[in-house]
Amino acid sequence: MSGRVSVLDDAAELRPRAVSGRAPDVFSREDCVPMAQFRDEEEVDFAIVGTGCGGGVLAAKLAEAGGSVVAFDAGPFFRPLADFASDEREQEKLYWLEERISDGENPIELGSNNSGRCVGGSTVHFQMVALRFRPEWFQARTKLGYGADWPVDWREMWRYYEEVEKACSISGPIRYPWGPKRGRYPYRAHEVNAAGLVLARGAEALGIDWAPTPLCTLSAPHGKSPPCVYRGMCKIGCSTNAKQSVLVTYIPRALAAGAEIRDLATVGRIETDRWGRATGVAYFREGRWRFQKARHVIVAGYSIETPRLLLNSHSARHPDGLANSSGLVGRHLMVHSNHAVWAEFDEEIRWYKGPPSMACCEHWNYADDDPTKDFDGGYAFMSQGPLPSDFATSIVTNSGEFGMDLRARMAKYNRMAGLKMVGETMPQADNRVTLSEGKDDLGLPRPRVTFGYCDNDKRLYAHALDFMGRMIEAAEGKNRFETEGTAHLMGGCRMGEDPKTSVVNADGRSWDVPNLWVCDGSLMPTGGGVNPSMTILANAARIADRMIAAGRRGEV
Amino acid sequence: MTDDRFDSPYPRYDVLEKWDTPSYNDQTREALAKRMDEVPPRRFFTAAEFTTLQAVCARVVPQPGRAAPVPIAPFIDSDLHAGRGTGTRYAAMPDDRTAWRQGMAAIDAEAKARHGSTFAELADAQQDSILSAINQGECAASGAWRDLPAQDFFRKLLLKWIVSVYYVHPAAMSEIGYGGPASPRGYVRLGPNEADPWEAPLSEKGARQ
Ligand SMILES: Cc1cc2nc3c(=O)[nH]c(=O)nc-3n(C[C@H](O)[C@H](O)[C@H](O)COP(=O)(O)OP(=O)(O)OC[C@H]3O[C@@H](n4cnc5c(N)ncnc54)[C@H](O)[C@@H]3O)c2cc1C
Ligand code: SF4
Repeated sequence: MSGRVSVLDDAAELRPRAVSGRAPDVFSREDCVPMAQFRDEEEVDFAIVGTGCGGGVLAAKLAEAGGSVVAFDAGPFFRPLADFASDEREQEKLYWLEERISDGENPIELGSNNSGRCVGGSTVHFQMVALRFRPEWFQARTKLGYGADWPVDWREMWRYYEEVEKACSISGPIRYPWGPKRGRYPYRAHEVNAAGLVLARGAEALGIDWAPTPLCTLSAPHGKSPPCVYRGMCKIGCSTNAKQSVLVTYIPRALAAGAEIRDLATVGRIETDRWGRATGVAYFREGRWRFQKARHVIVAGYSIETPRLLLNSHSARHPDGLANSSGLVGRHLMVHSNHAVWAEFDEEIRWYKGPPSMACCEHWNYADDDPTKDFDGGYAFMSQGPLPSDFATSIVTNSGEFGMDLRARMAKYNRMAGLKMVGETMPQADNRVTLSEGKDDLGLPRPRVTFGYCDNDKRLYAHALDFMGRMIEAAEGKNRFETEGTAHLMGGCRMGEDPKTSVVNADGRSWDVPNLWVCDGSLMPTGGGVNPSMTILANAARIADRMIAAGRRGEV
Repeated sequence: MTDDRFDSPYPRYDVLEKWDTPSYNDQTREALAKRMDEVPPRRFFTAAEFTTLQAVCARVVPQPGRAAPVPIAPFIDSDLHAGRGTGTRYAAMPDDRTAWRQGMAAIDAEAKARHGSTFAELADAQQDSILSAINQGECAASGAWRDLPAQDFFRKLLLKWIVSVYYVHPAAMSEIGYGGPASPRGYVRLGPNEADPWEAPLSEKGARQ
């Protein structure tokens, strides 16, 4: 790209880097690429809040279709090659560590556990497991009798999975054992590490299928990204750019197509006029509040920040928050139960090598007729590879072990293997995000996240613990122990076909405010038993096309 | 808890030996050098609270036989001083800073209620039994805990914070045989009982397989 300029700037967390008509070149250590810049008073076509799966895809596709786009992110704009260390503590800078209140029957861990805060969103530190929904989950209510239907046909989603898998160069097996036939993954599968082979051995012993996990990291070079070197630190940010996060895929596309990205820019409110239409966003950057005018506002801040922003954008016309005439903003928040079994092995596994989850099993997402299946929904599970601090913290928070016992247990680090589930939870109206009394440093009400498992959720994870326990034993694991936890966020602004039972329609357009849209994980009416990013990306790619088509019809 | 000795399966392995190899990049060297060379001064806790914290850290991660134990308490102090959060404030708990102060006072109150002296003055075994009781939520000085749920504080804040400081130190990485920093080079051998030359050599038990 021409016009490269070198800058020697401060840490990305301290000062915005996407300024003065240039943005960080994520493939360099210190270079920039040119970037369009819009004035606050200029009414842009789209102001997008958040640059993760939802926001990143929209910014790229809408800009490529000729729209003027400004995308805001509360977090920094990193250059992985220069900014990412091989160090768990240093890399906490990727997470949303602002205080959020967690309550309910089973309060969930937030922060590093489920939300990122940087350009590229949570994909900068996600673990790259790239799975598709089971088709029936898009009609869970009609076809399977639980949850809610998506206002989207699975075959349409299937085409968009293909689109985003190509854009992220997903590496995966030639034949995937579960679900409808799909084409080959764009890149060949990675060699499965020893931790993954434990899952394989267990699955073979129990006579069920397993697969090398489709992963969002390169098995061969692509563009300016090198292939994965199996460094294993994907969860704390990939410092080689092998990981195909939104930061190195859709964001460069968005910039090249003329979108502006504003880093370290927190949107605090969506403003509306007296007819109730959105006029733009109030955002805080470089020490002061500003206002960006926009014809359309798209909220893509994920399942906590999206409802928080909508609720905080209340006005005389929208006293309960924007887009909230249904009362459903913030409700039906879902997580995945993330319980695990761990065991010691005779051989050295050294699970720190390679992406953490190189083998997976979706058996229980498809085994409807199994007589032992005593729950609705499904679960997948994967092999594991936590880094030392991550593993130690999950042991102590679960068991309270300390002292020499803990050190001795940790000394078995290289002989451990684990199986961890991604378990579907039911959408429940009372699992929700609300605003608390307390304020953050910018004066914005802190979110309160309320979560509790229902009986079905509990049966589901109990089943998974039992099954994974048998499997790890079949793989000859000894001294088994269990941990519990949650992962991922979904729902909070569900999409649907009826304004009374959903916040937005199938296009992500809010029922109440015609130029206000939502496009991120909060749209999901059901969570499914797989990691959500591919579904969020595919849904965003679909919504982008719907918006572009509506624009051509003059409806946007 | 018997804590007389700790035997690493990899007694001759040290992640720092790779310092000048392609397993380390500049930003990693910078982060680790800072951790090892600049132990932060006490700024958040009072001297008394800090003494208690140090005594607690010494029981949570006992380091007998190590001439220079890995410092833990100073990093917790500096995190709290800087307001470095975890992202989660459990509704049943006060904010992190309040919880830590209250927790240190409560641990001392437990020591006084049971043995009539401060936690730091007790023998190892007495300290361990107090921590074990707190881990079970069994408190002798319930008044001192006030609204702080003892077990949650102990596991989700105190233990978690302590081990997340300890297990990012090169000495801790080495003792468990973890590969440590690995960028840009990464690894080549991924299979069971396989190690690249820049990893800890397979421990004797592994090599026998
Ligand atoms: C540790 C971890 C591992 C994971 N592993 C996997 C995995 O292996 N596979 C998988 O499929 N999924 C995984 N996920 C989940 C996946 O990353 C998320 O589901 C996905 O990124 C969510 O997409 P999103 O667009 O909804 O939100 P995000 O990607 O989180 O993006 C939201 C962005 O909005 C910004 N933002 C929020 N509010 C504001 C505001 N008011 N103003 C400005 N900016 C704002 C945030 O800073 C953030 O960058 C993992 C997540 C975590 C945390
Ligand atoms: S294992 Fe691959 S994707 Fe993960 S951090 Fe290393 S190079 Fe990046």
